[in-house]
Amino acid sequence: MKKSVFLGALTVAGLTAGAAAAATLDDVKARGKLNCGVNTGLVGFAAPDANGNWDGFDVSVCRAIAAAVLGDPSAVEFVSTTGKTRFTALASGEIDVLSRNTTWTFTRDVDLKFEFTGVNYYDGQGFMVPKALGVSSAKELDGATVCIQTGTTTELNLADFFRSNNISYEPVPIETNAEAQPLYLEGACDVYTTDASGLAATRAAFENPGEHIILPEIISKEPLGPLVRHGDSEWVDVVRWTLNALIAAEELGVTSANVDELAQGTNNPEVNRLLGTEGTLGEMLGLDADWAARAIKAVGNYGEVFEKNIGENTPIGLARGLNAQWTDGGLLYSPPFR
Amino acid sequence: MATYSDPPAGTFQLSQLINDTRYRSYTFQIIALIALFGAVAYLLSNLAANLQAAGLSFSYGFLGEPAGYDINQSLIDYNSQSTHLRAAMVGVLNTLLVALLGCIMATVIGVVVGVLRLSPNWLIRKLMAVYVEIFRNVPVLIWILIIMAIFVAVLPQPRDFRGEDAEASMLWGMFAFTGRGFYFPMPVFGPGSGVVIAVFVASVAGIFAWRRHARKALFDEGRLLPVFWPSLALFIVPAVLAFFVMGRPVTMEYPELRGFNFQGGIFARNSLISLWFALSIYTAAFIAENVRAGILAISKGQTEAAASLGLRPRRIMNLVILPQALRVIIPPLISQYLNLTKNSSLAIAVGYMDLTGTLGGITLNQTGRAIECVLLLMLFYLTISLAISAVMNAYNNAVKLKER
Repeated sequence: MKKSVFLGALTVAGLTAGAAAAATLDDVKARGKLNCGVNTGLVGFAAPDANGNWDGFDVSVCRAIAAAVLGDPSAVEFVSTTGKTRFTALASGEIDVLSRNTTWTFTRDVDLKFEFTGVNYYDGQGFMVPKALGVSSAKELDGATVCIQTGTTTELNLADFFRSNNISYEPVPIETNAEAQPLYLEGACDVYTTDASGLAATRAAFENPGEHIILPEIISKEPLGPLVRHGDSEWVDVVRWTLNALIAAEELGVTSANVDELAQGTNNPEVNRLLGTEGTLGEMLGLDADWAARAIKAVGNYGEVFEKNIGENTPIGLARGLNAQWTDGGLLYSPPFR
Repeated sequence: MATYSDPPAGTFQLSQLINDTRYRSYTFQIIALIALFGAVAYLLSNLAANLQAAGLSFSYGFLGEPAGYDINQSLIDYNSQSTHLRAAMVGVLNTLLVALLGCIMATVIGVVVGVLRLSPNWLIRKLMAVYVEIFRNVPVLIWILIIMAIFVAVLPQPRDFRGEDAEASMLWGMFAFTGRGFYFPMPVFGPGSGVVIAVFVASVAGIFAWRRHARKALFDEGRLLPVFWPSLALFIVPAVLAFFVMGRPVTMEYPELRGFNFQGGIFARNSLISLWFALSIYTAAFIAENVRAGILAISKGQTEAAASLGLRPRRIMNLVILPQALRVIIPPLISQYLNLTKNSSLAIAVGYMDLTGTLGGITLNQTGRAIECVLLLMLFYLTISLAISAVMNAYNNAVKLKER
């Protein structure tokens, strides 16, 4: 009995550690489907709709890659991962790319042997408190009970923030956003903390969003982006430049509506190179010439993806802020397509 | 009879390994053992090869690095700069705490319910049957979640204790029952309190000595000495006397509302209480059935014989039935203790930081060392389960039927 448990665990361990070989691009093409790891359900970022179709900001990255590589944005097998399972799923080869609001950190990049291909959302950790509490700054939270999602970078930031400000707190670890909401609303915790985008999404779902405020302090940098395994540079390039294509498309004014027209050829050489009417960028990636055009056609440019899923006209209601193009004072900056 | 003589030595043939019943079982066992080792070796080498292919190393070095996260309930000193190993130890102690509390409470409830299920009173009997059927037929995770949800929703929060016309108030100014947990007064031991504690420990030892004496007097001389009242007196009187003689060295620290929370006193978190309660009542339902089965296994003749000797029903239960029933009850009780301990790994559902929450949760996640952490987790649960089994088996040997 004891031995069989041990054996079983080793089998699992052996299986999960396997198949992390190179040439993911060929595998995906041969399979005809992209395996994409996403959140188990975070409205706006990745959640299945009423018909079971995955939709959201992170999901769009998967669909763009599938459109670029396979020519079909629906050729994606979505694998929902929790904060705990996501890295194992990627390292084992169960998924080809992880697009699940994952913070780019040194240890994840270097020690866990992953390759972050860029940033699709610049986030930061914030605090939400009921207005009735009369708190206006996170530094007044000495002794407060803080609800926090475990398995994320937020609990490390939280510990650092309270330690550096020399104030105490009582952490209440919660596994999912859904479980944290009733605890916070019932008053079992004074404060709820997670990424500011998540706070906005959570508050939008409350009965009386106006009774809660998000404190001004942003205590961390949370660059979220898609990641792949270390050691397969061709696949890294495909994912990185698909994301860059979406960002560059917004900068260059290419949208899902006008991409077909622009793909006939324009007098802007960079647009032409992006959409494959000039140069051989697609070929260099191991794809065909209109890979980027397909990706943009499928999900729209970065701005469209943002507005459709989490923008100000959605219930999430996030402003572009740091996620505006560099030309508008934001941080989005795609390297040139040449 | 000559046909039974041993085969002559030195005529061993390989076919005997299969055909000779003396060797056959060994042959198959050794083959099975070799196959098992081979399978384990294959899996291990497969694991090593795959880890190497993925560029990952198998290392427990992360245990020495700072954990970086805080844990709300820790029985030993811990802060976010402590190591992952320390965090795992905090988790181990939290697991053991809830397992120990749960086993005690489950046993108490289980024995009471099990006995009451055999009560001659129809209403009590049926009520207990309903309790058992409800609690053992709903998954324990659901019970944990329901109890936590009710706990948080029903009890007042610290904010309700605030203000002039507060909705809630503390019980006798000493206890605060809030949705975040229970706050109790905490004894503060001043100088001279060592004497009080020593006296208290001595009087507890005295209680045991008195009980032993009473038992000896009963067996040797047939005198029935009172046990309950002297024990109670020994428990209270010397310690109280010492307390006043030493000038009241032990004071109480009462919880009081300061800032966001109650401060001071002993704080039992809602997560601990819900988990403890849920595990206890769930496991108690199974234990009750074990107890009932154990009692029913004792023949009715025992009860009748004891009654005919003039023993009253309570004494029959305590002196005749339960000691014999224990032999039937204890082996399945061990399984229930093991189940309770392993079920405590559901703690993260209510945010209780047990070993699965620290080592198997946050540490695993922050370091990404899934295989190392899971192997360590398995090793821990295996160790603790074997330890519980060992202790309970020792107890079982102590109470089992002694053939004279």
